[in-house]
Amino acid sequence: MTTTPRLTRDDVAHVADLARLTLTDDELDAFTGQLADVLDHAADLEALDLDDVPPMANPLPLVNVLRPDVPVPAGDAEGAADFHAEVLAAAPSVEDERFRVPPVLGESP
Amino acid sequence: MSARAIATAVRAGERSARSVVEEHLAAIDSGEGEIHAFNLVLADEALVRADDLDRRIANGEDPGPLAGVPVALKDNLCTRGIDTTCGSRILEGWRPPYDATVVERLAAAGAVAIGKTNLDEFAMGSSTENSAFGPTRNPLDTSRVPGGSSGGSAAAVAAGFAPLALGSDTGGSIRQPAALCGTVGVKPTYGRVSRYGLVAFGSSLDQIGPFAATVEDAALLLEVIGGHDPLDSTSIPEASPDLLAVLGRGVEGLRIGIISELMGGPDRAASVEGIADDVRARVEQAAEALAAAGATVEHASVPSTIYGLSAYYLIAPAEASSNLARFDGVRFGLRVDADTAPEMNTATRTAGFGDEVKRRIMLGTYALSAGYYDAYYGKSQKVRTLIQRDFARAYESFDLLLSPTAPTTAFPLGDKTGDPMLMYLNDVCTIPSNLAGHPSMSVPFGSGDDGMPVGVQILAPALAEATMFRAAAVLEGSAP
Amino acid sequence: MSNQALIPGWEVVIGLEVHAELATVTKMFSSALNQFGGKPNTNIDPVSLGLPGSLPVLNEKAVELAIRVGLALDCVIQRSVFARKNYFYPDMPKDFQISQYDLPINGEGSLELPDGRRIGIERAHLEEDTGKSTHVGGGGRIHEAGHSLIDYNRAGVPLIEIVSAPDMRGAEEARAYVSELRAILVAIGASDGKMEEGSMRVDCNVSVRRDGTTELGTRCEVKNINSLRSMGRAIEYEARRQVDLIESGERVEQQTRHWNEDDGRTHKLRSKEEAYDYRYFPEPDLVPVEPSDEWIAEIRAALPMLPRERRRRLADAAGVEPSATALTVERGMDDLAVDTIAAGADAARVLVHVENNLADGVGELTAASFAALVAMETGGDLTATQAKTVLADLAASGGDPAAHAADHGFEAMDTSELEALVDRLIAEHPEVWAGFVGGDDKERRKKAGFFVGQVMRATQGNADGRIVNELLARRATEQGA
Repeated sequence: MTTTPRLTRDDVAHVADLARLTLTDDELDAFTGQLADVLDHAADLEALDLDDVPPMANPLPLVNVLRPDVPVPAGDAEGAADFHAEVLAAAPSVEDERFRVPPVLGESP
Repeated sequence: MSARAIATAVRAGERSARSVVEEHLAAIDSGEGEIHAFNLVLADEALVRADDLDRRIANGEDPGPLAGVPVALKDNLCTRGIDTTCGSRILEGWRPPYDATVVERLAAAGAVAIGKTNLDEFAMGSSTENSAFGPTRNPLDTSRVPGGSSGGSAAAVAAGFAPLALGSDTGGSIRQPAALCGTVGVKPTYGRVSRYGLVAFGSSLDQIGPFAATVEDAALLLEVIGGHDPLDSTSIPEASPDLLAVLGRGVEGLRIGIISELMGGPDRAASVEGIADDVRARVEQAAEALAAAGATVEHASVPSTIYGLSAYYLIAPAEASSNLARFDGVRFGLRVDADTAPEMNTATRTAGFGDEVKRRIMLGTYALSAGYYDAYYGKSQKVRTLIQRDFARAYESFDLLLSPTAPTTAFPLGDKTGDPMLMYLNDVCTIPSNLAGHPSMSVPFGSGDDGMPVGVQILAPALAEATMFRAAAVLEGSAP
Repeated sequence: MSNQALIPGWEVVIGLEVHAELATVTKMFSSALNQFGGKPNTNIDPVSLGLPGSLPVLNEKAVELAIRVGLALDCVIQRSVFARKNYFYPDMPKDFQISQYDLPINGEGSLELPDGRRIGIERAHLEEDTGKSTHVGGGGRIHEAGHSLIDYNRAGVPLIEIVSAPDMRGAEEARAYVSELRAILVAIGASDGKMEEGSMRVDCNVSVRRDGTTELGTRCEVKNINSLRSMGRAIEYEARRQVDLIESGERVEQQTRHWNEDDGRTHKLRSKEEAYDYRYFPEPDLVPVEPSDEWIAEIRAALPMLPRERRRRLADAAGVEPSATALTVERGMDDLAVDTIAAGADAARVLVHVENNLADGVGELTAASFAALVAMETGGDLTATQAKTVLADLAASGGDPAAHAADHGFEAMDTSELEALVDRLIAEHPEVWAGFVGGDDKERRKKAGFFVGQVMRATQGNADGRIVNELLARRATEQGA
């Protein structure tokens, strides 16, 4: 049985960064305490012997759910053209029918 | 008037759909200001729809089993061209370019969408106080919460704004508000109702389900929305369950177990904490009513359910942290501008998400992050297996299980907002069904010491909704 | 394969990750068209745009094509589970990529190069492609751009990622591997394999170690390689960079590096410490894929012949080593060659013609006419040069080789006529003849070439070079040399 170390303020700052969130100092303090409480509660799991228990990702026993390779235009009867116009109209910023974003700085990973 | 009575009258041409919709809009007009069940009332659209239905009926058409019935939709169900906010600033003003499968099925059954109901932001909460657009109040006592996260849907049915409503349930978000508002609320078997168009919270736990004032109406609505959908890979390839036909069959010969671990009380060491005495008393009374109706009722043990809360509050946030990544300001919804794309993502998410959503995103990110996956997410997935095994063992001896839905009756607004862990404890009895993927439902059964309603939870094995509804009908008929 | 040392004293170790777009009609997880390059953001739907509430449903054809790839690479086909790879980037609509992590559809396998060497395959898994970013301003350079524009037509296109073992030892071998892999993917209809158009993309893991050592060096992953040529250049640059570092007393740091075609260098993108924490976990919106034995058998039965099988078949027919048939198979002319040999043609002449004289394609050429032509050539009715001319006619318009030969006025030249011509040329060029008679092998070949050339000029190419050489040799013997 291992005891996982208690969550620190630095841990919370790190996950906020990973999750693309900015926290004020006060928020960082408050969230650290609250998240540590939840993890402390979860410490009850450490008492369980789970070595031979398989993980369950999904409650269903389904396998091989496959779809035929047949195109279906989005937006049903109105078709793909309307869908294209509708999503671009709802976008925060568009240029040349593409989604516009500030500079991305680097390659995707 | 029940949904079934409305549909019968409208289909027979005895009542116009317009008069039904007008009556409910009037109820909304007088009560909504105080209760705030809706983020959006679709008054004009509902009337247009009602007139169309009336025209079709005049032409001899049958619009279907929900003809003219107003249905309130939780505001995390995508409705084409109609605002879908999830109770969040980050989606304020977003109009999906497509309908959820359940929304299409309701339309095909002749229902009238009357509004989008308020919820805890992204369905994360147990009181509907986490909505960016203000809390919903319990229609039975407006100083109290309606429960959550589908508090708007529960309140809409309890207040008579709509005979039917849809909610979503990830850890109790239909059953707990149903219990707190005195309505029927059902979480179907995972995969029974298509999730296509439900904005995801915890994908392996989420299910859409009905709210109704009666067990029969809940059955009617579940029959309409259930059944296989090729757009959801986790949809069970079976037809919708036949429920209305079995409601009158009673519980004679059924074996029903009361889950000891979810009853609390001083003499039960291996139980969750916080189950109020008045709630426990009602569950025991409900068990007696079922026994009186011919069922065999005993105590049952599902030992690992006491670990459900811990596992749930790692799994659901982990999945949520990934599901909510797409709210990045690029394609839809809110954008807060910044000099670079990563800064824009961060500024948008920081401004757009409320505290509870941020908490869960961070918790889930942590549970999945390098070095912690095995200790948190991996371990929780194993606990799910344990819980499913324990249920399977219990169902060798029992057809159905019984427990409280919520530990207490509705609590005052603001009571638990300062302590997230205290709020999470509301879900302690409802979570195990989500983890196992099993159906369960809350049926009103009398009230607590404060006069507020108590809900009794009936749990069933996967796909056994029909048996569950038989017991629900008996409880409804014998409720004090 | 030539394993000549790129850098003396050092061995280069290469493993490749190849992404290939699968040739489906629709996307991996939705029914939008698998087409891009046209009008932006038209082949999209809620799923490929990652809209809230949308859910993925797996394309059966993508799974079938992945299994074809697995079978062609002798991989273990196994139960597989999709996982989410979480990272923020604007061209990734959900801000996570659906991929396969610890349970890929294809486990270990191998690929056989034309020279017979086998390269290990670690895995070949399914994943979805991203959208396409265009960087505006700053000359289109990513770090200097003013803003970027995203087209999601490519988002959700099915990819197979084929990961090799670190089994290659030089740029040449890496090129051979990619060429062979591409030939396999095209042969089985899994992908069009167009590297320049980005439908096949290669990342190289490069490390170096001193000759004679067995421990692997620290590797760097090189990205942004757009052609076989740049792959070779990138590997050579990167290997030299690493050797230079070590020889100057420094250490190679594990990095991801970016190949820049313009300056011919690799540049650091990030170090191992800066690597992303992808937070992989099983994709809850999809269920496991467990291909049945029946389905796999069905796919295997429908699999066309693979390049290695084609090489072996032709090698057996021609009585040569498989490596000698690589070019013919690569050109897709092995069916013709096998049939022509089966029709009785001389295998060596068939391979020579295919490799040297049919670069523009087989056209109207049939195995029967090809075999008839080779028979005329080996029977002495046509010279090699004449045969080449007739072969071009057959490719262009089909027909009978004898008729084409007659049209050109090709007929077997009388040997006595040829003898007279050779004797006259010997007489006219005594010093060249002396060089032929008295020279070493090299000199002798050179002088023979002169006489053959003169004969060809005098006969407009109608003479048989082989016979001229025989005549020269006989005359030299007769002179008692």
